[in-house]
Amino acid sequence: MSSLISREEIMGCGHVACQGCGATILMRHALKVLGRDTCLTIPACCWTVIDGPFPHSAANVPLFHAAFMTAGATASGIRAAYDMLGREKIKVVAWAGDGGTYDIGIQALSGAAERNEDIIYICYDNEAYMNTGIQRSASTPLYAWTTTTPVSHPKETPKKDIVSIMAAHRIPYIATGTVAYIEDMIKKLQKAKEIKGTRFILLFSPCPSGWKSKPEDTVKLSRLAVKSRLFPLIEIENGTDWRVTVRVEKPVPVIDYLKLQGRFRHLTEEQVGLIQLSVDREWEMLRGKVIKEEKQ
Amino acid sequence: MRKVLMGNHAISWGALLSRAQVIAAYPITPQTQAVELLAEMCAEGKLDAKFVKVESEHSAMAACIGASAAGARAFTATSGQGLALMHEMLHWAAGARTPVVLANINRAMAPPWTIWTDQNDSLSQRDTGWMQVYCQNNQEVVDSIIQAYRVSEQALLPVMVVLDAFVLSHTLETVDLPDQEQVDAYLPSFDPEFKLDPDNPRTFGGLTAMDGYFELRYKMHQSMEQSKGLWEETGREFGEVFGRPYGLIETYKTADAELLIVTSSTIASTARVAVDRLREKGRKVGLLRIRVFRPFPTEEIREILSSVKKAVVIDRNISYGSSGIFCQEVKAAMYNTANRPPIFGIITGLGGRDVSSTDIINIVERTDSKPLPDSDIIFEGVTIQ
Repeated sequence: MSSLISREEIMGCGHVACQGCGATILMRHALKVLGRDTCLTIPACCWTVIDGPFPHSAANVPLFHAAFMTAGATASGIRAAYDMLGREKIKVVAWAGDGGTYDIGIQALSGAAERNEDIIYICYDNEAYMNTGIQRSASTPLYAWTTTTPVSHPKETPKKDIVSIMAAHRIPYIATGTVAYIEDMIKKLQKAKEIKGTRFILLFSPCPSGWKSKPEDTVKLSRLAVKSRLFPLIEIENGTDWRVTVRVEKPVPVIDYLKLQGRFRHLTEEQVGLIQLSVDREWEMLRGKVIKEEKQ
Repeated sequence: MRKVLMGNHAISWGALLSRAQVIAAYPITPQTQAVELLAEMCAEGKLDAKFVKVESEHSAMAACIGASAAGARAFTATSGQGLALMHEMLHWAAGARTPVVLANINRAMAPPWTIWTDQNDSLSQRDTGWMQVYCQNNQEVVDSIIQAYRVSEQALLPVMVVLDAFVLSHTLETVDLPDQEQVDAYLPSFDPEFKLDPDNPRTFGGLTAMDGYFELRYKMHQSMEQSKGLWEETGREFGEVFGRPYGLIETYKTADAELLIVTSSTIASTARVAVDRLREKGRKVGLLRIRVFRPFPTEEIREILSSVKKAVVIDRNISYGSSGIFCQEVKAAMYNTANRPPIFGIITGLGGRDVSSTDIINIVERTDSKPLPDSDIIFEGVTIQ
């Protein structure tokens, strides 16, 4: 499997991410697949900072820093320009956090998806506004601590199901990925590259600073999220054909994932039980949609 | 080619003749016919452009910025609430130095809901770093869009071409459409030095610390100042090629004027009639129309105002708690000069209320007995106390 990962490094060194940042591992590997003929647009998110302060830039592909709610629209404009200028081959990639995708940017994303813009929209999901100091977003999971959902009043609602929302747009390709299954992500991005139209990739991105986890646990947490069925690795074609790409035969209890993170330290046994219940329910709902499970 | 066009269609023709390559727009009354005709022009292949039918004005401007940064000539049109929704992105367009051109139809802000004209929408965007041109007729709308691209792409600052709702947007006027070949010679294709290019990968708008931001803003101001010369040169050359010269300001019968009316947009056309009628009465009255509001034509205004005995600035806009916005700017331009006349600041015509030549004559005549205004803000036509 390791031959899947290109040896070419496009992303440069000198980025300023935190230790153990999932989003940085994801960008490094995503760029290996996307290649140099790529234009990135990044709305306000951790990567606004990670890329490096002016005049430094770790991306090594053209990068346009965009306003918070505009990733979908900015990418649409860049796409339109390249199409008019005879540069159709350049891949236009919006790279946004969960805040810029689930919350403030959802309108522009929905607009771009409804128009089926020929763009790849990648959301690296660290489940809160990490760049501004760990405030809750619509992606923050049930009962998690953030600075705006304190332990005395943790988040009372579940994480927004962005994948289903995007599937409802009937765009040609949707996939999920994460750092622990980098080959799975690479295969999905390779597939996405060959498809025309809006492609939405949701990348589960552990964040030691915001999750209060150990930097060395990033890959482990990513793996546990999949193994517990909390974050299924799937792909969806045309919004209707759902597939699980990494099959989880015997799921680990969700507590194994939760207990490694300070943001869940306050959970009662009952709350852990309710989280487990919601994971099980979501999995059952997913199974109802899935047309095929593939063995990893 | 002479055509009878409403202001909205003048906008579409201006974008077509400028060979806009990416159009991103969202419909809003009273702008709709402008984007409808552009959609038709694109669909029929008359205009070789991609029309991105975005889901909001905020996205319209974001798409224009992305397109411009990637090297395409980008255009949009909006009005009132739509322009207000764009506000964040107006800053972005200017800060990113993307030469986007936007036609804004002046529509009064809600609530209460209204679709009629006043200038508070565009003047609220005064400090975004956009150049602003206020048009007095539909011919000027077409001509100004073409000029706007020429200035914008040299100054690397965006331009807002502004016209009154309904008074121009829905009013049919004869417009002499410039010949496409002549426009092509006058307005070269857009070829920016810096663009989003995988062959020369660069990052645009990255995080700056305190050591860089201030200088970038200083350079924006410098470009804005330098663009005054560009507007003059562009307007003069436009006259040479197309027979209709333009400047930062326009004057009418100012040579011997003792009293000067200062205004903008279509009120200026009406004021010209008022000047003629007042001159018939033996009054030495002239008119100064501010066409380019940003960059502000400070020198030109100083030169003319310093030779008159009184100035009356008519604003179809208001800065609540202060005064009319053009009036503030004119006063500020005059403050550090030796010969500054008394300046009367009039607010009128908000929400599209008609301003007739008789209204303007009344405004002027009411100042006759007054060497100085009673108030820094004078309302003309308000029906309540």
